[in-house]
Amino acid sequence: MKYLCLVYSDERLLHTLPDSPEDAECWAYAESIQGSGRMVAAEALESVQTATTVRMRNGKLSITDGPFAETKEQLAGFYLIDAKDLNEAIQVAGNIPAARVGCVEVRPVRQLNV
Amino acid sequence: MSDVRARVEQVYREDSRRILATLIRLLGDFDLAEEALHEAFFVAVERWQRDGVPDSPRAWLVSTGRFKAIDVLRRRARFKASQPLLLAQLEELEQTDWSGEDVEDDRLRLIFTCCHPALAADAQVPLTLREVCDLSTEEIARAFLSAPAAIAQRIVRAKAKIRDAKIPYQVPSLSELPERLDSVLRVIYLVFNEGYSASMGAELTRVDLTREAIRLGRLLMELLPEPEVMGLLALMLLHESRRSARSSPSGELILLDDQDRSRWDAALIAEGGALVERALTTRRFGPYCLQAAIAAVHAEAPSAAETDWQQIVGLYDVLLRAVPSPVIELNRAVAVAKRDGALAGLTLIEEILDRGELQDYHLAHSARAEFCRQLGRAEEARAAYLRALELTRQEPERRFIQGRLSELD
Repeated sequence: MKYLCLVYSDERLLHTLPDSPEDAECWAYAESIQGSGRMVAAEALESVQTATTVRMRNGKLSITDGPFAETKEQLAGFYLIDAKDLNEAIQVAGNIPAARVGCVEVRPVRQLNV
Repeated sequence: MSDVRARVEQVYREDSRRILATLIRLLGDFDLAEEALHEAFFVAVERWQRDGVPDSPRAWLVSTGRFKAIDVLRRRARFKASQPLLLAQLEELEQTDWSGEDVEDDRLRLIFTCCHPALAADAQVPLTLREVCDLSTEEIARAFLSAPAAIAQRIVRAKAKIRDAKIPYQVPSLSELPERLDSVLRVIYLVFNEGYSASMGAELTRVDLTREAIRLGRLLMELLPEPEVMGLLALMLLHESRRSARSSPSGELILLDDQDRSRWDAALIAEGGALVERALTTRRFGPYCLQAAIAAVHAEAPSAAETDWQQIVGLYDVLLRAVPSPVIELNRAVAVAKRDGALAGLTLIEEILDRGELQDYHLAHSARAEFCRQLGRAEEARAAYLRALELTRQEPERRFIQGRLSELD
């Protein structure tokens, strides 16, 4: 079963707290998940200041600057993993280094009804 | 004929939760398992009359339930032929080799699943009472003074999350156990407390919930005799031993000091005390064991005056180090007052209130009032009782405070 682990944090603090992970540690963790065979994809994201939100309404594309919603914590990265069940997904999510300064939302991937 | 029917009913009472637990493991679906369980019992009435009661009714019922579930899945698959998941589920189920083993583990799995921390906190209790204790949604709603529809909705949502997020049906590994066990113990203690001191309403105790909580505690003790499981069971037994002494026939609250100790249940005290000792010797005890140890010191005292307050204060010190909490500090202050006098207790309570903590907790104000009253500070006592009265919704406690207030006049 696939789970998407969405890493959220206050991006002004993400890299400045005593517990903040270095890029090397994040890389090493991704490598270890890759090695365990559970990795589908994982990336860190640029700041929400670079975000663009697009909508299609009545065939017309609308483009706005900024994220879909202003929140205290922003999406900072994600892991898409293959796990046996929620417990295994929680183990993977809990050990993502950024979970020490932010939080990780674990969402099962829905099978499309086709 | 009525003999067979009575036997089926007996098996239902004694074993339906075990059978359900196994069916949930086999089917991976709560609703399908419940449907299969009821179909299996339905078939049993007819079949056992014709062929006699099988040697192992439980194994027979699980096996029949499993076949019924296979039928249900086949029917569904015919209507939704494009559902690959359903077919995979069916195939897996047909290939599962069911043996009678692991049945006790199934019940433990069920408890851990119902109390999984990924489920909403307000769904864990009703789900556990529904699935593990077989209380109806209406009974649960009545016990928690909520609407049956609201309880049903929480249960439905929790079951959907178990299915869709794939919360596994398993006993956690040793490394996850402490944290996961906490969640199970918390649910059981919540059920007990809701029964023991109803947070609002006219009844001081709701016996059914305390009984269910103790039953759950015993079941857990049988399946997983960890020190904190012993501690929680002991704590519940020791509280329960005082139940008939803590309210008068007219439903008035009687404080520990004024209770008729001959009405305490000696058998429950003995059982609880033995569990506390067993838990303490493991040296791996936690907050439940410590609270049970405090309850045991009270239970062993022949009268309020002869209570070993020194030991109780000492146990509160250890408990506070384990789980710092202003409520425990408050309880410790009461014990210190018993040992050193009302002024010592009042000083400690005022420290807590001055920090801005427990401002809205009625027991902090009623304890403060009590100490002021003992010290002859009537005006302060009155103000504190009035504040406590504002904050408490439970009728017997309100009457108790009103009684104290009229004594001050």
